[in-house]
Amino acid sequence: MIAKVYVTLKKGVLDPQGKAVQHSLESIGYKEAEDVRIGKFIEIKLADIPKPDAEKKVKEMCEKLLANTVIENYRFEIL
Amino acid sequence: MTDTKITKEVVASHGLSVEEYQKVLEILGREPNLVELGIFSVMWSEHCSYKSSKVYLKNFPTTAQWVIQGPGENAGVIYIGEGIGVVFKMESHNHPSFIEPYQGAATGVGGILRDIFTMGARPVANLNSLRFGSLEEPKQRYLLNGVVAGIAGYGNCMGIPTVGGEVYFNDCYKGNILVNAMTVGLVRVDKIFKGNASGIGNPVVYVGSKTGRDGIHGATMASAEFGEGSEEKRPTVQVGDPFTEKLLLEACLEVFKTDYVVGIQDMGAAGLTSSSFEMASRAGTGIEMVLDDVPMREEGMTPYEIMLSESQERMLLVAREGTEEKIVEIFKKWDLDAVVVGRVTDDGFMRIKMHGQTVAELPVKPLADGAPLYNRPVKRPEYQTELQTLDLKTIKEPVDYNDVLLKLLDSPTIASKRWIYRQYDHMVRTNTVVLPGSDAAVIRVKGTTKGLAMTTDCNSRYCYLDPYTGGMIAVAEAARNIVCSGGKPMAVTDCLNFGNPEKPEIMWQFQQATLGLSKACSTLDTPVIGGNVSLYNETQGVAIHPTPTVGMVGLLDDVAHHCTSWFKNDGDVIILLGLNREEIGGSEYLKVIHALEKGMPPSLDLTLEKAVQDSCLEGIQKGLIKSAHDCSEGGLAVSLAECCFTAEGHRIGARIELPVDIRKDALLFGESQSRIVVTVSETDLQEFKGIAENCKAPVTVIGRVGGERLSINDLIELPVQEMEKAWSEAIPRRLGV
Repeated sequence: MIAKVYVTLKKGVLDPQGKAVQHSLESIGYKEAEDVRIGKFIEIKLADIPKPDAEKKVKEMCEKLLANTVIENYRFEIL
Repeated sequence: MTDTKITKEVVASHGLSVEEYQKVLEILGREPNLVELGIFSVMWSEHCSYKSSKVYLKNFPTTAQWVIQGPGENAGVIYIGEGIGVVFKMESHNHPSFIEPYQGAATGVGGILRDIFTMGARPVANLNSLRFGSLEEPKQRYLLNGVVAGIAGYGNCMGIPTVGGEVYFNDCYKGNILVNAMTVGLVRVDKIFKGNASGIGNPVVYVGSKTGRDGIHGATMASAEFGEGSEEKRPTVQVGDPFTEKLLLEACLEVFKTDYVVGIQDMGAAGLTSSSFEMASRAGTGIEMVLDDVPMREEGMTPYEIMLSESQERMLLVAREGTEEKIVEIFKKWDLDAVVVGRVTDDGFMRIKMHGQTVAELPVKPLADGAPLYNRPVKRPEYQTELQTLDLKTIKEPVDYNDVLLKLLDSPTIASKRWIYRQYDHMVRTNTVVLPGSDAAVIRVKGTTKGLAMTTDCNSRYCYLDPYTGGMIAVAEAARNIVCSGGKPMAVTDCLNFGNPEKPEIMWQFQQATLGLSKACSTLDTPVIGGNVSLYNETQGVAIHPTPTVGMVGLLDDVAHHCTSWFKNDGDVIILLGLNREEIGGSEYLKVIHALEKGMPPSLDLTLEKAVQDSCLEGIQKGLIKSAHDCSEGGLAVSLAECCFTAEGHRIGARIELPVDIRKDALLFGESQSRIVVTVSETDLQEFKGIAENCKAPVTVIGRVGGERLSINDLIELPVQEMEKAWSEAIPRRLGV
């Protein structure tokens, strides 16, 4: 069982890294890249447990460690 | 948005009291709209207006022959000769750091850096004073990790060394950690810039990062007590971008070389609002601003949001008319936005327009200078007498003094802070002469023979037990640390962290502590040249210990005559300057061993203090003193132990014989003030004794450097290595690293 977790900055939170990448894209000719926001993609291999349990656990992992919920949002899917 | 009806609830949600709102109505002669209310709310917040503290701040001595700029500007400036000024200031970022430790601490560093380079100075060193709850709690470990990483992240990226500071742990900070950041910068005294919007018709230029919805109501948040619901306030925390700040620094310093700039101010707390109002107020002018031209990070921002945003890395600059394009060009070169957003006017009004409409029209002076001032009720707490009562007879003297010493060395407040400062780049710019870990850091002033010593100090337990004495001791200890490094104490910046000023007991602490600071600053001739006040440091009604943190800078005319705290050579004579008194109230010993925070703090005799400091400084300047270390938390025994091992990779023991005329625990671990442990070589002993006697400083030879053990009378007998192990592992062990 695999959990795919996406962690992204909340809307409106400044993203210095994204800003730098956008700037670099622009400087190598991609004028159409207007804004870049960078997040994290995390894959977790889970023991085979019932899906509702897995969802509960992954949510906890996100809240406690994977996402900084002060400035980041997260979502996940369990496959 | 400007149509929102101003109800009682809206006013209250902006933190304005009924009386304050009444004053708004009087000033305007009408109801404010929401933008205007927002502006009043931030300008009259405790953070921007000092409305509860001003009556006491007036007592500080603020002048001396060497003070070029006292309080009231972005930062104070002192003169050190050869046309060079030293700009420094300390500021709190407590509440943001509690909510998001990394970004809170990082933007705290960013903010104080801007305060320094706005003055035209290049920042050369950072310090910070940090306070947390007990490291036994996971939340506190998380906060410490985040804060230290945030300071390191920002300071290191900027290429400015973090050279010193202090870290305390006490349960009173567990709901309100303190993050006080200090920056020191250098400036040519003929190139000092101020926050002045003068010259009618001059353009007002916005420079730096774009404005986002960061930290809206941050200034109001920083002035409101935390409740259970403060989790909700989270999204207002700003994110720092040190790389942009570095560009902003270099761009500003470049533009300062021209004659284009009339005035400049950092957009700190309350952003565009406070910078524009304060600059216009100082110059007695007005400003007309068009918000459509403000660079924005997000679409659809309202005038309310633009005026109140606390996005980082921004400055507001007033230029000479006709130089706009040249300024824009310089900032463009550094990849930064620079946009003319307004003009200086002569009618004393702030007129703010957007989409062709006037969204706010406010008189500058009454708003900026007319904030309500409170002489809040003051009352000595009822618990104070009980708190100060300590019957020594009930305190059992320990059986095993070795064990006590090891326990004290293992106390995180006393223990090595290496785990913390090793994360900071403390040597970048290659000017650091005395690195973190000694009494005060010393940096060289390149191009001269001079050096600067700097430190931050405050024992808040003393302030809790007796705020007046505690306030005096904070200054005295800072000066002592500067002296131990070879500097002459010059001036002070303070960061006054207290609880809710609406409580008379808290206001009493504030009054007493500031009186103590004033007294010590006057006597030691170290005026206060700037600082900051942070109130409402309370969680669920429980206040922190009063914490008036003192940042001090001292001058070494010849940086070669600096001094470090650790013992140097076998056979050197160990001397105690000062007197051991039977004082154990408020000591770390009483807290760690007897679990008590009680009694009167150690007494402070400023005449004795001055004598001790003068003799130590003269001994260092004459090249007689080889090491100097003051006695603070943990008393004489801890101080002597530290002298044995604080030099990295160089351990050396000592044999000490102390005259025993007081309780042994007080002798070893009491925290009597005005004491410095110095070493001199045998051949210099008589000459140094002469100096001490001239200064009227009590001087006692107490032992010799040598061997691999520290022994004190028949009370302490420990291998240096074992003591060092306890001291150096205390913090990493608790953090599990």
